[in-house]
Amino acid sequence: MADEERTHRGIGVSPGCAYGPVVLVSPPVRAPEGEAAAADPQQALTQVKAAFESVARDLEERAGRVEDTAAEILTATALMARDKGLLKAAGTHLDEGEGPATAIESAVSEFVVQFEALGGYFAERVADLRDVGARAVAAVLGVPAPGVPDLAEPSVVVAQDLAPAETAVLDRTLVLAIVTSGGGRTSHTAILAAQRGIPAVVQCDRALELPVGALVAVDGDLGTVTLEPGEAFVADLAVRNERRTSALDGSFGPGRTSDGHAVALLANIGDVADAEAAAAQDLEGVGLFRTEFLFLSATSAPTLDEQAEVYAQVFAPFGRRRVVVRTLDAGADKPLAFADLGPEENPALGRRGLRLSAERPDLLDVQLQALAIATRETGADVRVMAPMVATAEEADWFARRVREHGLPTAGVMVEVPAAALRSRHVLADMDFASIGTNDLSQYTMAADRMQGALSELLDPWQPAVLDLVAATCAGGAATGTPVGVCGEAAGDPLLALVLVGLGVSSLSMAPSRIPMVRLALSRHSLPECQRIATVALGARTAAAARTRCLEQAVVEITDLL
Amino acid sequence: MPSRTATIASSVGLHARPAALFVKQANESGLDVQVARPGEEAVDATSILGVMTLGAKHGEQVEITAEGKGAEQVLDALVTLLETDLDAQG
Repeated sequence: MADEERTHRGIGVSPGCAYGPVVLVSPPVRAPEGEAAAADPQQALTQVKAAFESVARDLEERAGRVEDTAAEILTATALMARDKGLLKAAGTHLDEGEGPATAIESAVSEFVVQFEALGGYFAERVADLRDVGARAVAAVLGVPAPGVPDLAEPSVVVAQDLAPAETAVLDRTLVLAIVTSGGGRTSHTAILAAQRGIPAVVQCDRALELPVGALVAVDGDLGTVTLEPGEAFVADLAVRNERRTSALDGSFGPGRTSDGHAVALLANIGDVADAEAAAAQDLEGVGLFRTEFLFLSATSAPTLDEQAEVYAQVFAPFGRRRVVVRTLDAGADKPLAFADLGPEENPALGRRGLRLSAERPDLLDVQLQALAIATRETGADVRVMAPMVATAEEADWFARRVREHGLPTAGVMVEVPAAALRSRHVLADMDFASIGTNDLSQYTMAADRMQGALSELLDPWQPAVLDLVAATCAGGAATGTPVGVCGEAAGDPLLALVLVGLGVSSLSMAPSRIPMVRLALSRHSLPECQRIATVALGARTAAAARTRCLEQAVVEITDLL
Repeated sequence: MPSRTATIASSVGLHARPAALFVKQANESGLDVQVARPGEEAVDATSILGVMTLGAKHGEQVEITAEGKGAEQVLDALVTLLETDLDAQG
């Protein structure tokens, strides 16, 4: 086979290299739209029963291979698959003229509704029940069971895309790397993989054609997947890994350029577990704490006490290090069960972020109050910023509310081009600003960030996006407001040099990306970063910007990229 | 029809492991066993999903009924099971 055929190219979204066998994640299966009624409901019921039975046996077989708690959960789930009530409900739907797969989904939904109404422990079982349903639907349709298969050995997980829940439960010791044909630079898979230090490649061409069990080498930096690489290739990969590791070993402490200009290196986190993991690492604090996790899964608004307790748990591990909190960024595509403003034609342009807070100031006030309590309790250096700010009025409204709650440091995220262009005015009364390059790219390029096919437009090297970063920094310089970056761009070592050259004073990223960024900064002076930034702004295309900056950066660093 | 009232002893209530053990034992009896919160509609005691939807918590009472040969003994055994803190064992 020619080398070119063996190399599958994608976008590297989580650094590191891995070598191992392919396991394939089958996509979720739904009952076919308008599935025909069963000709003989009685016979169909036998098929449905057999499907549930095979799911139950499969679960029991898996239970036999694991221990204790995991086995108990699988056994209990098997009991659900064999449940008479569930089968009876499916039978009723078959009699009503539904096809077998549809009847399974309907029966499962009935119990899901009841479980969700019970809340608490029961609501948590909904995922298990849905999993049973999805597996039974697959069985009755005769297609592979959905989801991540049981991993018997360390493997490379290949999928069309992974749901956030699937990525979250992946066993780090068994998942060597993640490769997806879909997804994008800022998809959940990419963010979570980087967060957990799992090398990942998204938008990988012909990924689903990789044969199950075949050995592949994954390069999460270059974004390549090589099928059955030769010994020499694997050896080279190991050498490169080795060289990176030894280079990074010499990189520690606060971020600074070779001439001593400080650039704070911070972590993006999403919950208490992230906070504890990040705090244990060599970094200067948190540049983006997304608070959505508390809200998105809740059926009612989390109370003041609940919020204060969780925030304190997040702040405490960081001691005196800074923690930048982003207030609730929900609405539209991330609707809240308890504050749903209804469907919108263009969710990304709808009532999300601060716009939701303007509509429901009660939610924001409770959150700010809880943040103030947790700040007092822990003595942490907490700074609060608002998402989706477009105008100076919005920024002022937010800052006033933050300060009224006794929180001293208020800032805004710059994600909307309007805020970047008018930063001199928007930032006038702010203590800091943070550029969210993912959304800024989406809004600058008018390209949906969830659309994997638009990845090229969403490339943070796009000169138009860099122009807006420069504009924001100019506004920040005029008003004396420090400007940071907390999007994916901050974790690209080469782009980080450009950002610092443009005037960015802090970079927040997945913790696994910090060592390489720190190393890159330590080998360049501020004037060198400024020169590289000028080169980037002068390029006509994103690709040219990157290529020309690669030529400008020191070889010691570019060799490792 | 023979019936009994039992107080849920398991600290987590009638779900998870206690519910699974209860359903298993009801199944093994081979009888038609029903369980209900007092005064409410009964559910099939051999259905884990049915039993779970009762949402019976620690200290709450449930009524169980059974039909057929040996129903009295089956009910006695089920009451004993419900009135044991099943979560405390292993």
